[in-house]
Amino acid sequence: MKYRILVLAALALATQPAVAQNKRPAAKPPAAKAVQVPAAEVKDAATLEFEKFRAEMEDSNPAELFEMKGEEQWKSKRGPKNVALAESCDLGLGVGKIEGAYVRMPRYFADADAVMDAERRIVWCMVEKQGFKFDDIAKQPFANETFTPDITNLVTYVAGHSRNMKLDVPLKDPKVHEAYEIGKEIAAYRAGPYDFSCNTCHGSDGKRIRMQNLPNLSTPTGAMGGVQGWPGYRMTGGIMLTHQWRMGDCFRQQRFPQPKYASDAVSYLLTYMIGNANGQVYKGPGIKR
Amino acid sequence: MADPMKIRASLKGDVAEIRILMSHAMETGQRKDAAGATVPPHFIQSMTVTVGGKKVIDGQIGTSVSRNPVFGFKMKGAKVGDKVVVNWVDNKGDKRTDEVAVA
Amino acid sequence: MNTTRRTVLKGATASGLLASLIAAGALRPTHVLAADWNKTAFEAKDTAGALKGLGAGAPADSKDLILKVPDIAENGAVVPVDVVSNIPNTSSISILVEKNPQPLSCQFDFANGALADVSARLKLAQTSLVKAVAKADGKFYTAQKEVKVTAGGCGG
Repeated sequence: MKYRILVLAALALATQPAVAQNKRPAAKPPAAKAVQVPAAEVKDAATLEFEKFRAEMEDSNPAELFEMKGEEQWKSKRGPKNVALAESCDLGLGVGKIEGAYVRMPRYFADADAVMDAERRIVWCMVEKQGFKFDDIAKQPFANETFTPDITNLVTYVAGHSRNMKLDVPLKDPKVHEAYEIGKEIAAYRAGPYDFSCNTCHGSDGKRIRMQNLPNLSTPTGAMGGVQGWPGYRMTGGIMLTHQWRMGDCFRQQRFPQPKYASDAVSYLLTYMIGNANGQVYKGPGIKR
Repeated sequence: MADPMKIRASLKGDVAEIRILMSHAMETGQRKDAAGATVPPHFIQSMTVTVGGKKVIDGQIGTSVSRNPVFGFKMKGAKVGDKVVVNWVDNKGDKRTDEVAVA
Repeated sequence: MNTTRRTVLKGATASGLLASLIAAGALRPTHVLAADWNKTAFEAKDTAGALKGLGAGAPADSKDLILKVPDIAENGAVVPVDVVSNIPNTSSISILVEKNPQPLSCQFDFANGALADVSARLKLAQTSLVKAVAKADGKFYTAQKEVKVTAGGCGG
């Protein structure tokens, strides 16, 4: 496990207080058995009932309101440098090009010498190109019932321009591959008061919490279950939340210290998860319970 | 100022389908904030939909409508290009008007 | 409507004309609309009070009033509701959530080609009957269905 040192370094750098009790990383999760029915196909009555109304909910999704705002913010000159992201920000396909950019991240950006997911890349552009201060953005990076940060609108707008496109994280890029491997290790890394890892809940088929099925992130369809619908309009509270938020909240739920906003650890985990879902069709900003 | 609505109006056969997304907190007056204080009611009370200069929907709204409301209506007699104007007014007097053409 | 109103405003040299237009109901500026809000019905604390406020009294059950709601809501904060009335001359539809602190959620009047067909998303404080009420030729009809509200998971 040549990446183990890197994992520990990424986590130590990423989490606010250092992880107090480092426990041994978990053994590799068993490979999914071919005969096992994928969790996505085991549906109870409640799940079927939810799905009947899914299409309608997705057809008119308040996420579109945030996309509209994001479009305006993407195109207008903003920040101390009074520059528009549309004329300065390269999401990997050229300056200002957003069609299909979201499904091709995380990717390696030479100008930042880092593998970045979509949200982290846009933050990087806001800081480097528009002159915003990272600490100001990181102070309250996610929405609550009275506030939606600009970055959330921007991510939603960019994600909306990858609707119905296949995920295509460039895993052949050695830097991205390295990020994927570290992300895989982080997903298996057990620690915290419950001795949980991401894989405790998301490493095998057929798990659920209350009424919700939990996707197995090690399989393509399972990983897609963790990718689809983000950024998502959350029915609880009626707020727009991003994939970065979802990662941080998973750490909170396993009683880990939460990773720093827009850190390597989050980008690496997203590389692992989205990379596993490569080839699946992304439907755009979604709606979440 | 209130945020813009997103309106979609499309003709399917002779029926126009109108979908409206509104940006509004729709506070019931029952919810408590993080500090435990009751959040005062703030909700859309009325809305209208006018198509081609004629009012087709006259609506009244209460606190049971979800945050960021979504409404769908249908009508006959609309043509492609007809202007669809939607407006709402809330209990504090905030209002918003947006429009779109039937596609 | 905006265009119409602007044209009228341009032509209305005397404010008296404007006032008489408003009085006649030809013009309905937004602040007048807000005042139309049926406070009695919307602030009623139970279904009976809300129905009374609507002037609906005891509406008759009707199979021609189609109410589409989930049996189990994925989230009580956003419950999709569709109501279609096949009762001839339906002029308005109201939707009520029986167990909510204020059951009446919305009321829509139809005119000029609008079909008696509405969809909305409602908050359900708890498992409750959802009730649709349609008005046609001065009479009231109703249909109802229970929606179960469950505890959530971790939000996908």
